[in-house]
Amino acid sequence: MADTVAVRTGGEQDDPEPGGFAFEERPRLLEGVRAYGLIMAMWVRSTMAYRASFAMTALGDFAVTAFDFVTILLMFTHVDALGGYTLPEIALLYGLSATAFGLCDLLLGSMDRVGRRVRDGTLDTLLVRPVPVLAQVAADRFALRRLGRITQGLLVLGYALLSLDIAWTPLKVLMLPVMVVSGAAIFGAVFVAGAAFQFVAQDASEVQNSFTYGGTTLLQYPPTIFAKDLVRGVTFVVPLAFVSWLPALYVLGREYPVDLPQWVAFLPPLVAAVCWVLAGLAWRAGLRAYRSTGS
Amino acid sequence: MSDGFTQEGTGMGGDGGFITLDGVEKVFQVRRKAGLLRRERREVRAVDGISFRVARGEMVGYIGPNGAGKSTTIKMLTGILTPSGGRLRVAGIDPSRERTRLAHRIGVVFGQRTTLWWDLPLRDSYRLMHRMYRIPDRRYRENLDRCVELLDLGELLDVPVRQLSLGQRMRGDIAAALLHDPEVLYLDEPTIGLDVISKAKVRQFLKELNTERGTTVLLTTHDLTDIEQLCGRVMVIDHGRLMYDGSPAGLHEVGESERMLVVDLESEFPPIVLEPEAAGGAPALRAVKVEGPRQWLAFPAAASAAPLVARIAADYPLVDLSVREPDIEAVIARMYESAP
Repeated sequence: MADTVAVRTGGEQDDPEPGGFAFEERPRLLEGVRAYGLIMAMWVRSTMAYRASFAMTALGDFAVTAFDFVTILLMFTHVDALGGYTLPEIALLYGLSATAFGLCDLLLGSMDRVGRRVRDGTLDTLLVRPVPVLAQVAADRFALRRLGRITQGLLVLGYALLSLDIAWTPLKVLMLPVMVVSGAAIFGAVFVAGAAFQFVAQDASEVQNSFTYGGTTLLQYPPTIFAKDLVRGVTFVVPLAFVSWLPALYVLGREYPVDLPQWVAFLPPLVAAVCWVLAGLAWRAGLRAYRSTGS
Repeated sequence: MSDGFTQEGTGMGGDGGFITLDGVEKVFQVRRKAGLLRRERREVRAVDGISFRVARGEMVGYIGPNGAGKSTTIKMLTGILTPSGGRLRVAGIDPSRERTRLAHRIGVVFGQRTTLWWDLPLRDSYRLMHRMYRIPDRRYRENLDRCVELLDLGELLDVPVRQLSLGQRMRGDIAAALLHDPEVLYLDEPTIGLDVISKAKVRQFLKELNTERGTTVLLTTHDLTDIEQLCGRVMVIDHGRLMYDGSPAGLHEVGESERMLVVDLESEFPPIVLEPEAAGGAPALRAVKVEGPRQWLAFPAAASAAPLVARIAADYPLVDLSVREPDIEAVIARMYESAP
């Protein structure tokens, strides 16, 4: 193990790199993004070969996810407020969370197939290619139809912004796109960490789904209707509250049920970065475990 | 013990091999439930101290029964698995440490699972390989044209991989593994489940690849015919140890293997024994099992079956017959028996 260098010098004269294929050390992150782009482009092209089918499935995704909001609308035919929140206020929470989650689901929605790949052995085929495995797993079967979910979230968000009477400040305006992006990143980190866990427990995708799909449903309602322990859990343990609740409540000028200083509303980008570092470490540990056990 | 049969490997280029293994080990920790919470840990030595060298341009067969450690070795050679011990180099690269760097220089074909994108046409998979491996355009086109011609892929390029037959898919997979001009090609069971014609096509292609391009080929197989037709050198592995390393012909000598002629006669007959051509020798053929009108007749693997069939047909009312090649399990079993 220790004599890598000695071998390299001994073998290099008669082991020239194949002509024209000089191998260059490239930053892994850039390589990963490039590979992701290549694979994604291939799936988009293949999807676009059947435009009608794409339109149908995207519409289907739109309709299915829109049912969540229809449920909320139906509730509001009987009540005027839910947990002290009006319909436009809830629409804001819903729209932010649905858009953030939709964005993440579009980009990383295939991550939950890691367990299956480990089980059927197709993960090995990714490991013999010269690009990061995470990028290959994430871009696999890139499904453009998931734009349906994002569209739905954006429409609800649009409705909320038009009907809410908010004293807009530049800071509050800036917070909206930051929230969506950091929210998507926080969900994404949960996807990656969940996928990493599947290296160890191959049937764990349902656990992950309860945090991601379950989490987004949770965030669509105001925090006041949930038990305080649950709210604490999604604030401090799995920091989903930073996706929409905390920053949105700042925008709305509302109190958070768990006692927290107001500046936490500005933390989502930082929380997202920390989550990604942790998720990245988990992914590396998972892949290393796989490569030493092979199962 | 493991060195009992190891012969001087053919074509070893003096000091340095292109692929070198020195005492490579892979130990798996298998955990088993033993009671409600208690778990028993057990060590499985899948590869137990294997050393060999393969020179550039060699074509080597790597055989052994299921669970012998073949695939584990291939996985370590490709960088998928990290060895537990020993030293391993491919083209001077430590596969587990520099997996992506090595990936540019090796091609891998898994017989049982495809490296192609299942729902997409072959052409799309190849196009993606082109970009992913950063293959220069001209070289990509040359390699693709050559593979399409030799592997007969022309009409399959626009068919989604899932609609291909096993043989077609295998040819598609081999082409995919060669687009970036790898110096080594690993094939894990490349002919498994293929029909006779597909097998012949694949073998012919590999032979040409090895002789014309000088690509080093390492293949695992269950089919001894693959080895006999392709490889100048064969390594036998069992229980994670190298049992034999030498020529395919030597394998039969060591294993004293026999082929089996299965005949169906019109009615029941006493066990058939054919006298040897030369007086005093071992019988040319003898029945080892009789089941009604069907008899299993063993004869040396090196002997031709045709004259034996002719002699049986002359003396017995023959209805049907088939010849069974010795399987690797039988050869290895005999290897154990004859071990000192």
